[in-house]
Amino acid sequence: MPTSKLGKVVLPTQPVYTLPSLVEITMSVILQVSNLVKRFGSLTAVNDVSFEIRQGSCFGLLGPNGAGKTTTIEMMEGIKAPDAGEILYRGAALSQQFRNEAGIMFQTTALQEFITVREIMVQFSRFYPDTASIDELADRYALHDFLNQDTRKLSGGQKQRLLLAMALINNPRILFLDEPTTGLDPQSRRNLWKQVQQVKQQGATILLTTHYMEEAYELCDEIAIMDHGRIIAHDAPDALLAAHFDDVVVQLHAADIPREIGEREFQAIYRNDNAHIVTGDVNRTIEHLLHLDIPLDRLRIRARDLEDLFLELTGKELRA
Amino acid sequence: MWNRIYALFVARNLEFMRDRSALAWSVLLPVLIIFVFAYAFTEENPEKFKVGLISASAPAGPAARFAETRYIRFIEFDDAAGNLHKVERHQVDLLFDPGSGRYWINQTSPGGYIVEKLLVAAYADSGETLQRILVEGDEIRYVDWVIPGVIAMNIMWGALFGIGYVIVRYRKFGVLKRLSATPVTAVEFLCAQILSRLWLLVVVNVVIFIGMDLFVDFRMHGSYFNLLLVFTLGCINLICCGLVVAARISSEEVANGVLNLFSWPMMFLSGVWFSLEGAHPWMQKFALLLPLTHVTDAAREVMIDGAGIIQISDHLLVLGISSLILLFIGARIFQWE
Repeated sequence: MPTSKLGKVVLPTQPVYTLPSLVEITMSVILQVSNLVKRFGSLTAVNDVSFEIRQGSCFGLLGPNGAGKTTTIEMMEGIKAPDAGEILYRGAALSQQFRNEAGIMFQTTALQEFITVREIMVQFSRFYPDTASIDELADRYALHDFLNQDTRKLSGGQKQRLLLAMALINNPRILFLDEPTTGLDPQSRRNLWKQVQQVKQQGATILLTTHYMEEAYELCDEIAIMDHGRIIAHDAPDALLAAHFDDVVVQLHAADIPREIGEREFQAIYRNDNAHIVTGDVNRTIEHLLHLDIPLDRLRIRARDLEDLFLELTGKELRA
Repeated sequence: MWNRIYALFVARNLEFMRDRSALAWSVLLPVLIIFVFAYAFTEENPEKFKVGLISASAPAGPAARFAETRYIRFIEFDDAAGNLHKVERHQVDLLFDPGSGRYWINQTSPGGYIVEKLLVAAYADSGETLQRILVEGDEIRYVDWVIPGVIAMNIMWGALFGIGYVIVRYRKFGVLKRLSATPVTAVEFLCAQILSRLWLLVVVNVVIFIGMDLFVDFRMHGSYFNLLLVFTLGCINLICCGLVVAARISSEEVANGVLNLFSWPMMFLSGVWFSLEGAHPWMQKFALLLPLTHVTDAAREVMIDGAGIIQISDHLLVLGISSLILLFIGARIFQWE
């Protein structure tokens, strides 16, 4: 079966769909969220949200800014109290055991000032009964070069690696990552993905929020798309795409196809300097474009992605 | 639990020690204040004068003329014997009994010197005589009287702003939020902050005390242990005040306003710089509600009078009980975010 990684030009012959394996089906639930509600004044930030996270999986909460994903994850972390609903960790309410076994990386975290990376690692290791070796974490996340450096002097990528290492200092069974790559350059982002994948391979369950579709697709076994505090779709990424799409996108540079022609002839959608033509018959679409003397030098054909799905479901773009 | 408190304690200490500007400021400021005020009040005259009048005998003749002198505050007392210590401690510049013509004066009091001149001038052509009596016992200079208050004031600034600002900054920038995601409890966090600030304040003020002892000759008649106890309890109390202020605030500007609201009244109404003798009774009662009043008074009793634990037990009790109440309130209303 072809893999349709976002951003690559892939021509799917069949809808991409991966059935969960028997092992996945029988995985036990480590975290269960039922009918979660959180209000801030008249705004209902999280509105009757329910889902389960299977042990050893990577679960992604996807949505635009303000969708309610950070509020949801913070309630699951025990940072915010829900107004209604229930959160169960390994079948019981959140307790000291959860605190000992959870690793958390916030979207933004300030560290104590005038403290070195090693000192802050030592401090956090003293908070937990069971801890990883600081030197091993430093090896794994390439912290050695700045281990004795003041935390104020770290670059964005260094700080994210440190925050990830801090989240892993207690050998967590469940790891919460709230938009871990926001603000990172593409290389640092991909490095962090590798590190998250390593953590997953070691058996930890991961809950990830992101507004990067590529990130969600790369890392997550299962995703829930949130908008206006509600979950509007929930499944494995490929299953969601397969359930909603059996067509592809012919993408042209917006300058190559006048807007009135694109919209009239192809119902094209213009965004990010591109015209997106959704079609179930690529050959016929290309023939039609040639007939209209549209230059095809910058033509790309791609599978439908999570951004398309979000657009389809909500009528707006994920990164809006 | 202790491991977590220890981890936070160490981290906070490192943070403070390495913040050289804050460290230097917290040590240099009180030393500067001590020197400035020691110089100012031993070399120059205070501008306000206070005279105690024994009220049993109504002033008449030259005594009445003296009692009408402007820029002198006349405070009525019932008797002389019970108020001589106020002359000794510079709480009044001169104590005068118009009926007998006797007056008591502290030879080292600059205010007393001026007021005595005015008193003698008022009696010059009256044919009546005055009897000059120097206060018995050791002389107490203004610097002896003011140093306990200045150290107490330094503790107040260090405790209120040292703990209040740090917690508010931690909250504002999300450090508290990160800590709340660990097994650390609010009580553990607060204990670590108290312990860290407490030992830093005690050490800094002991160093200041020793330094001052080398450069300024001041009176220390009591036990060093008792003085340490007073200042330690004062530190705890004022740190707990800071905790209550910082329990929920997440804006440094708001914290600054509230901390100033606490500190400035204490600065002027706790008798650090001048005695509240003669002030309105409600002001004197209000001063008793301020922890700095008890720290200052207890320290003065130890340093000037050589008071023991029993004599200062009322102050210690007030400080101890109010510390527990403040700590309880602080822990109850504390919010990580």
